Amino acid sequence: MTIATSLEDACAALAAEPGSLVLAGGTDLMVEVNRGSRSVEDVVALNRIPELAGWHLTGDELRLGAGVTFAEICDPEIAALVPALAQAARTVGSPQIRNAATIGGNIATASPAGDSIPVLAALDAVLELRSAEASREVPVTEFITGVKATCLMPGELIEAVRVPVLDGPQEFCKVGPRNAMVISVASLALLVDRSARRIRVGLGSVSPMPLRATQAEDHVSGHLDWDNGVPPRLEVVREFAELVASSASPIDDHRGSAAYRRHAVRVLAQRSLTRVLNRVSSS
Amino acid sequence: MSTDPFVLEVNGQSHEVADAHPGESLLRVLRERLGLPGSKNACEEGECGSCTVLVDGQTVCSCLVLASTAAGRQITTIEGISGDDGLSHVQEAFVDAGAVQCGFCTPGLIVSIGSLLESDPDPSDLAVREAISGNLCRCTGYGRVLEAVHLAATRRGGST
Repeated sequence: MTIATSLEDACAALAAEPGSLVLAGGTDLMVEVNRGSRSVEDVVALNRIPELAGWHLTGDELRLGAGVTFAEICDPEIAALVPALAQAARTVGSPQIRNAATIGGNIATASPAGDSIPVLAALDAVLELRSAEASREVPVTEFITGVKATCLMPGELIEAVRVPVLDGPQEFCKVGPRNAMVISVASLALLVDRSARRIRVGLGSVSPMPLRATQAEDHVSGHLDWDNGVPPRLEVVREFAELVASSASPIDDHRGSAAYRRHAVRVLAQRSLTRVLNRVSSS
Repeated sequence: MSTDPFVLEVNGQSHEVADAHPGESLLRVLRERLGLPGSKNACEEGECGSCTVLVDGQTVCSCLVLASTAAGRQITTIEGISGDDGLSHVQEAFVDAGAVQCGFCTPGLIVSIGSLLESDPDPSDLAVREAISGNLCRCTGYGRVLEAVHLAATRRGGST
């Protein structure tokens, strides 16, 4: 096991043992370690690396170090830039989990229920990947290739996540049996992008990979009164919700049925669109 | 096989840990190697909060911290919450409000609530519920826990 104290150290350790697993906040990995189902012999711990901490804003682009925690993303300064990401962060686990769990870990774990994933998909987030030899950039929607599967190559780690700061209100909604400590049964991020005159929608827990409801986006974006903010007819909102539901490809599992999940994203789509449009027309 | 020795700063004291297993959690090291059994071990998956400690002033589940990665951080356990002058305001309020039944969740709750009151000295019920959402109690129904938090907040405010 290596406890890296710089990015260079971490990349060198990963290059020496390319099959190593990285440990960030520990909230997923340590569960397996405690159960005895994973050894830490091949682990490279990243939680002491200053380069992975912190965030900065350049123009209208926010760069979050992979080690930024969900508690930090809830901070009002970040919440003002990417409101839906902060809303999603607030639904992660409990205060204890949010103080430890990192955005890089959430992405690399690549669970279909990862709370940040639908927001990052809707934002067209770009990941900065790094290894001892090279750096590359991959959109989050291409990074996750299946259930808990990514295109991360041996020796590579996530260094940072870049997202645009959009002009317009945002919503994140999540369905689960209670408010805290739940794994999402279905979730949805809806972002207004005024300058591109587009509604962006990301879905969570209803597909193996990050999912954008592009047909629904196309449909509703073309039906909105972007100049005067007059709310659309209810029929448009319903059609939008229907298109969102039909874009999902959910499964039945112990947390919910496919039919329930499809219905849930339909409701979340209608609710979140109504909420953001109320804010568009009142501003 | 054990890890290289490392030093943990717990409750203001340095402890050398020389014999931990490679995957050993901070919780296990605290309880089984440092003689600090106040943090409780229940779920070992970050759900129950009975192992809550402060690391650099922030609440975390010590069961999810790989012990060797906590070297150099300031760790505060339930044993470090009360001062030489007796119980903390939160601990006293728990006693007075009857917020303890079986007691297993109590250390975690005390640490979480102490941390809340540091940042929000007069929290709303909603803020309290959110702050203790990662501390499961199966006895009290939380009613007296909420009472205890408000009692502690009042006394704390009165004493400063």
